[in-house]
Amino acid sequence: MTFENFSLGNSFLHRMDCRIKIITAFFLALTLSVSHHFSSAGAGLLLGVILALSTRLRLTAVLWRLLVVNGFIALLWVTLSLTYPGDALVSLGPINLSGPGIKLAALITLKSNAIVLVFIALLATSTIAELGHALEALGLPRKFCLLLLFSYRYIMVISQEYGRLHRAAKLRGFRPATTLHTYRTYGYLFGMTLVRSWNRADRVKQAMALRGFQGRFYPLNAGKPGRNDLFFLVATMLIVLALIFMEITP
Amino acid sequence: MSRLSQPSAMNYNSTAPLIELHDISFSYPGSKTPALDELNFIPDQGKVGLIGPNGSGKTTLFHIIMGLLKPSDGQMLFKGKPLLKEKDFRKLRQEVGLLFQDADDQLFSPTVLEDVAFGPLNLKISPAKAREMAGQILKKLRLSDLEERVTHQLSGGEKKLVSLATILVMEPKLLLLDEPTNNLDSATRSRLIEILGSLEISCIIISHDWDFLAASTAEIYAMENGRLIRSGKSSLHNHFHVHLHGGQPHEHGG
Repeated sequence: MTFENFSLGNSFLHRMDCRIKIITAFFLALTLSVSHHFSSAGAGLLLGVILALSTRLRLTAVLWRLLVVNGFIALLWVTLSLTYPGDALVSLGPINLSGPGIKLAALITLKSNAIVLVFIALLATSTIAELGHALEALGLPRKFCLLLLFSYRYIMVISQEYGRLHRAAKLRGFRPATTLHTYRTYGYLFGMTLVRSWNRADRVKQAMALRGFQGRFYPLNAGKPGRNDLFFLVATMLIVLALIFMEITP
Repeated sequence: MSRLSQPSAMNYNSTAPLIELHDISFSYPGSKTPALDELNFIPDQGKVGLIGPNGSGKTTLFHIIMGLLKPSDGQMLFKGKPLLKEKDFRKLRQEVGLLFQDADDQLFSPTVLEDVAFGPLNLKISPAKAREMAGQILKKLRLSDLEERVTHQLSGGEKKLVSLATILVMEPKLLLLDEPTNNLDSATRSRLIEILGSLEISCIIISHDWDFLAASTAEIYAMENGRLIRSGKSSLHNHFHVHLHGGQPHEHGG
C-alpha cells in the first residue's frame, strides 16, 4: 500500500516550499467551505482544476480520487433532494424532488471538489514527512507533528503486517463467509496484527534510540521559501480576497 | 603530545578495551533459565564471530551491550569506565553500531538518503554536512543510485545494505551484526562479505552461516548456557556439528 503516490513528481508545486503550500491550502479551503454562492464556489473549482493540472499528475489517478469523494456526495444528492424543504422542482407521482435541495447538493459538490483538488495540488504533492516538518516550522506543537509522522509510519507497518497475515490465511484456504469461524479468524488476525505492530514499534524505537534519537526529528531539506514561493503566496492570497469579495457582494 | 590535543583522554582510559563485560547476568521475565549467566566478554580487536543455537542469548547479548536491556547483575565498561545510566550508553552508541536482524526495523525514514542522514542529524551535524556524509557512505557501498528511493519499496538485499550504511555513517569503532546474511541471495551475500572485508572496523558477527564466518572472522566464540566460550576457528565446526546432527545418522563432508 502506498499513500504518497502524488508526492512523486517534478512540477513547480512539487518543488514549492511546503509551508507556503499549507498556508495557501488552509485559507483557500476555509474560504471555499463557507461560501454560499455558485460564483465563488465555481471560481474555486476552476482554481482547483488549474492547480491540479499544473501538478502534471496522472489524470486518471486524480479522477479516481475525485470519484471516491463524489461517491459520498452522491448520497447527498439523494437525501437532500428528497428531504430538503422547499418547492418541488420535479414531481414524479408521490416523490417530490426539492429545488433548494438540489441546488444545495450542487453547491456542496462544487465546493467539495474544489477543496479536494486544491488539497491534491498543494498538500498531496508533499510527502507526509515534509508536511510534518513544515507544520512544526509553522509553529504547531512538536508533539502534534511527531504524532503525525509516527502515525503515518505505523499505518504503513500495520497494513503490511496485516497484509502478510491475511495472505497466510488465504494461502491456507481461508475464505471469509458469515460464519463463526470467519469472525474468530478475523479476531485472531486483528489481535495478532496488534501484537506484531506493537513489537515492531518497539524495535523501531530501539533502532532510533541507537542512532541518537532524542525526541526530535531534524529535517534534511530545511530550505527557506524562495522568491517564487512568496510570489505564489501573494497571488493566491489575492485570489482568496477575490473569493471573499464575490461572497459578500450580492 | 599535549594533554589539550586529547580531550577525551581526561574521562576515558585510551588503552582500555572499547567494551568489557564482567559477570553479566540477564533473565527474561517468566523464564526459568537465565539468557546470560555470569557472562564475561572482552571482544578482541578485529572481527569475531558468535555462534550458538537459536535462543541461546546471542541477540540478548547485543541488546545488553547497546543498553537496550539492563542486566540484572554484573558490570559493563566502556573504555574502562562503567556504564550505568542512559547517558553513558548514548556515548557508547556513537561508537558502537548495531545492525538489526530485520532491516525493516532499521529503515523508517521516507527516503534512503534521509534515513542514512538520520543519525548524523541527531548528533547535531548540519543538514548540508549530514547529506554529504550520507552521500559519501552510500557511494562507498556503491548504493548511490538508491539515494532518492523510498525505503519500504527496496528489495530485501538493498534494505540490508542500506541499513548497514545507516550504521556506518555514524563512523562506529565497533560493529555488532545480528545474522547479517539471513535471507540474502548469493550476490548480495558476497557483496556484504566484500564490504565487511574492506572495513577497518572491529566487528562481532552473529551468524549460522559457516562459510560467511570462515570468510570474514578471525576468531569465533560459541554461546552456550548463557556463557561464551572462545572456540577458535579450527574447533568450531566439530563443536557445532555435534549439537546439530549428533543424534542423527549423518555424513561428514570432506
